[in-house]
Amino acid sequence: MKTIAAISTAPAVGGIGVIRISGEQAIEIAQSVFRPLSTKKSLSEMKGYTAAFGYVHTPDNRKLDECVALVFRAPHSYTGENVVELSCHGGLFLLKKVLEAVYAAGAVPAEAGEFTKRAFLNKKIDLTEAEAVASIIAAHSDASAAAAVSAKDGVLFQKIQKIASDLVLLSAHLAAWTDYPDDDIDALDFGQLEKTLSTAKKECEALLSTFDAAQIVSVGVDTAIIGRTNVGKSSLMNLICGEEKSIVTDIAGTTRDVVETSVRMGNAVLKLSDTAGLRESEDKVEQIGIELSRKKALSASFILAVFDVSKPLEDEDFALLETIKNKRAILVLNKTDLSAVWQPEILEKYAKKTVFLSAKEGNGYQNLVDAVEDALGTKDFNPYAPMLATERQKVCLLNASGCIEEALDAIHMGLTLDAVNVSIDSAINAFLELTGERATERITEEIFKNFCVGK
Amino acid sequence: MEFFAKQYDIIVIGAGHAGIEAALAGARLGVSTAVFAINLDSVGNMPCNPSIGGTSKGHLVREIDALGGEMGIAADANLIQSRMLNLGKGPAVHSLRAQIDRKDYARYMKHVLETQEHLDLIQAEITDLYKKEDTWFVKTKLEAVYSAACVILATGTFLAGKIYVGDVSFESGPDGMFPAKELGVAVRALGLPIRRFKTGTPSRVNRRSIDFTKMEEQKGDADLVHFSFDPRCKIENKISCHITYTNETTKQIILDNLDRSPMYAGKIEGKGPRYCPSIEDKIVRFSEKQRHQIFIEPCGLDTEEMYLQGLSSSLPEDVQADFVHSIAGLEHAQIMRNAYAIEYDCVDPTALGASLEFLDFDGLFGAGQFNGSSGYEEAAAQGLVAGINAAHKILGKEPLILDRAGSYIGTLIDDLVTKGCTDPYRMMTSRSEYRLVLRQDNADERLTPIGYEIGLISEERYQIFLEKQAMIRAERKRIEKTSIPCTDEVNAILVSHETSPLKKGCKMIELLKRPSISYDSLAPIDTSRPNLPREVFEQVEISIKYEGYIKRQEAQIKEMRRLEKKIIPAHTDYETITGLRLEAAEKLSKIRPHNVGQASRISGVTPADISVLLIYLTKAGEEND
Repeated sequence: MKTIAAISTAPAVGGIGVIRISGEQAIEIAQSVFRPLSTKKSLSEMKGYTAAFGYVHTPDNRKLDECVALVFRAPHSYTGENVVELSCHGGLFLLKKVLEAVYAAGAVPAEAGEFTKRAFLNKKIDLTEAEAVASIIAAHSDASAAAAVSAKDGVLFQKIQKIASDLVLLSAHLAAWTDYPDDDIDALDFGQLEKTLSTAKKECEALLSTFDAAQIVSVGVDTAIIGRTNVGKSSLMNLICGEEKSIVTDIAGTTRDVVETSVRMGNAVLKLSDTAGLRESEDKVEQIGIELSRKKALSASFILAVFDVSKPLEDEDFALLETIKNKRAILVLNKTDLSAVWQPEILEKYAKKTVFLSAKEGNGYQNLVDAVEDALGTKDFNPYAPMLATERQKVCLLNASGCIEEALDAIHMGLTLDAVNVSIDSAINAFLELTGERATERITEEIFKNFCVGK
Repeated sequence: MEFFAKQYDIIVIGAGHAGIEAALAGARLGVSTAVFAINLDSVGNMPCNPSIGGTSKGHLVREIDALGGEMGIAADANLIQSRMLNLGKGPAVHSLRAQIDRKDYARYMKHVLETQEHLDLIQAEITDLYKKEDTWFVKTKLEAVYSAACVILATGTFLAGKIYVGDVSFESGPDGMFPAKELGVAVRALGLPIRRFKTGTPSRVNRRSIDFTKMEEQKGDADLVHFSFDPRCKIENKISCHITYTNETTKQIILDNLDRSPMYAGKIEGKGPRYCPSIEDKIVRFSEKQRHQIFIEPCGLDTEEMYLQGLSSSLPEDVQADFVHSIAGLEHAQIMRNAYAIEYDCVDPTALGASLEFLDFDGLFGAGQFNGSSGYEEAAAQGLVAGINAAHKILGKEPLILDRAGSYIGTLIDDLVTKGCTDPYRMMTSRSEYRLVLRQDNADERLTPIGYEIGLISEERYQIFLEKQAMIRAERKRIEKTSIPCTDEVNAILVSHETSPLKKGCKMIELLKRPSISYDSLAPIDTSRPNLPREVFEQVEISIKYEGYIKRQEAQIKEMRRLEKKIIPAHTDYETITGLRLEAAEKLSKIRPHNVGQASRISGVTPADISVLLIYLTKAGEEND
């Protein structure tokens, strides 16, 4: 039985939020996201009914939150399985981040009533409760059926269908080619195969980013304003915030630590941090600030990189551009109120969106808003669209994307097509989980529709 | 006048590929069995292509053999050419296909039946089938009555068979045999959900009239592989096949005469197979295709009849002659037997359980084309399972239910009884979600222990199997432990296979994980290598190379089997289960799945329904405690 996880406290801002993980792998999964403060004992060595204090971190080792982990060992738990409860400090946003990390470590989202269902199946709760649990599940399935019906009109649903269909066609071609070796079916061109898979993967990622867009609109995206000292980062921050959040002076190194605030830009919510200028400094306090801002810049999901057009670009600017090469970022060319000494063409090779701005006078602000919305994909976000941004959908898509990646890896490694095909079929299955169909049936249909095979 | 002739434990109606395996399995498990054929000269006949195996069908034959069936051994004994298909596309889709001398094969199979203890082979047309109390009775045309506890219907295309050629149609079995017309009436009267399917076969032409110089020759493989894991005879290529193509003229002839096709004129109600369309279907549906490939297959060594694979048709005889003569090499072909379509009665397989026994008719089983499948191999696979389960019923044993994760046979049966079919069902590798694990090369590993436990695999053969498995494990262990030093010789081999040289020494298993490095290619540097048969090191090589994928599929299988183990009581009343949606209750009541895994594959049953079902089953289980 798969290991499941969910936030088990009310989905509201509160003092403490609990994530419950249940299943055979619960302790291993928790262990891979939780690091105890005392390094003496890992979760897997702990007895049931014991607790450890420590930190939860993301798969790439970014610390998320302080946390108390409670370990329950089967059968002595609510569900009768191994259970770990992670009690975190943070609000909903952080809690969701922790949950994401737990999913990334191998858990799957719990269905409605699933903890109780498991408790029942493992004879942990009374028989009389059984009917109630069945009703909960039934009600939920009616609701999700209704949701699915309305979702079928949605663009997102159609998009998923489209990507799945492309893969089904591909798989059908592969299947026809292998199942009918004596028929003259064109061998699959590897280049074409790779192209279709890469396209599907890109579309998958685009779709995932629309899920992200929903998150960006509701909870916000971690954003860092970075740039060399005195290029106008704090002015920009103030412009965006419309109030004095950071101290703005002309003296280099005034902003010594990270200042954070949340602002709305168009539809998007930016969780902004202004940072100390990116330069080497002798000043101890300032060094700490610089270090902090570097880390922040590296960990932020979205970056506004600021450059001063009135002064020549320096090595530090180019180093910065290198650092953010693979990041979602906008290059803000500030101080257009002064005369420019370099042309934006210099930055062309970094292939990032550039925006001219005078943070001091506010000229070009709307261009910045447009560029931000463009980059974050929130411009056309319709808050009244059906609820499509569920964790389950996201997990399905991540799965699908992972399987496509695997198929591509198999091709690059030179593995045979049977292995590639199995990965493609897994991807299709992950997509179809959202539409309730099965890959083998769709593929079979497709073979006979598109290929002239048989004796 | 009607008279009582004899009582058996099992009666098999039909001695085609399904009936043969069913009868042999029953008799070999020590149960008194009779198998009836309308004509003893039709036993084991191949009324269509003279070949056994092919993609996924080759898997089925090897599985039948691994379980203790006959088809693989008989195919080996009578093959005249053999090829392993799909080499280069990966081990999961390698499939064995052999040209068979069809007369020899039929003779061989008939003799196997004749010499089998506990088995009577009888020529008679069964005209009636009925049940009185707990006993089934069958009546022959000559009014002899036989009784049995179990009856297996394996009627192929004989049941109410009707042949169509142009505007001519007549009641007939395949290859000019009598049809089983009255039995068709009897099974409908019994209340079985009967429907009409259609299939077809191309013409046979005289070899002497073919110009092979205009065709490509297709030879057999240099190294032949037996179908059977218990190879008893030497196999060799004795003959070639040839390839030619249809052309624009062929297309035009067919298009000009479409109105004379009974299919296009709407005369045939039966549903034809999608995978095996007639030439007129192919030309209409794929009109953009310039040409269609035609294989010329010999029907045997002591006959000049040649089978024209790809030219199945129900057009009138004169049109058939015209389009055959339009094809390169067939300009002067003398047609010996014309192509025809045949329509026949078969059953909706969702009326069957996973044991192939009818859900509503205790002791009645179905197998082969009667169950809506198509193909000799699909038929034989079902016959074997039906025979085993009929015998188990007599012996008071649990039925053998093969699951999707363990075999293509299980996949085939699960597809049929769970999803049903709307046209004749053909096995395909793409139908198995576990195909990296269900390979033709490891069918013995998957099924021989089961065959041994049932009693169809002899002690001697089982010991040989165990030795092979031990050799595989030992060689894998040796490869895991053997170190390969970083030497010029090693790196020269690696580089010659276009893979990066070593910087330091490593275990041999690491090298074998590289796709381009084969077990054979490491021979010069693997000094401690024991001399092992190919089928042993091949297993080791595949297990190493595809380890990641195999492990993932095995994890999926483990997950799938969890639900497969939850058996649903036969008389579950789905209408009364709280929380189950109406649609799901209806579907479940119709299919009556054997276990929760099967239930989850029924279309229209959602994961939420399965949760509800699980809760119900747990509760029911506790209340019975």
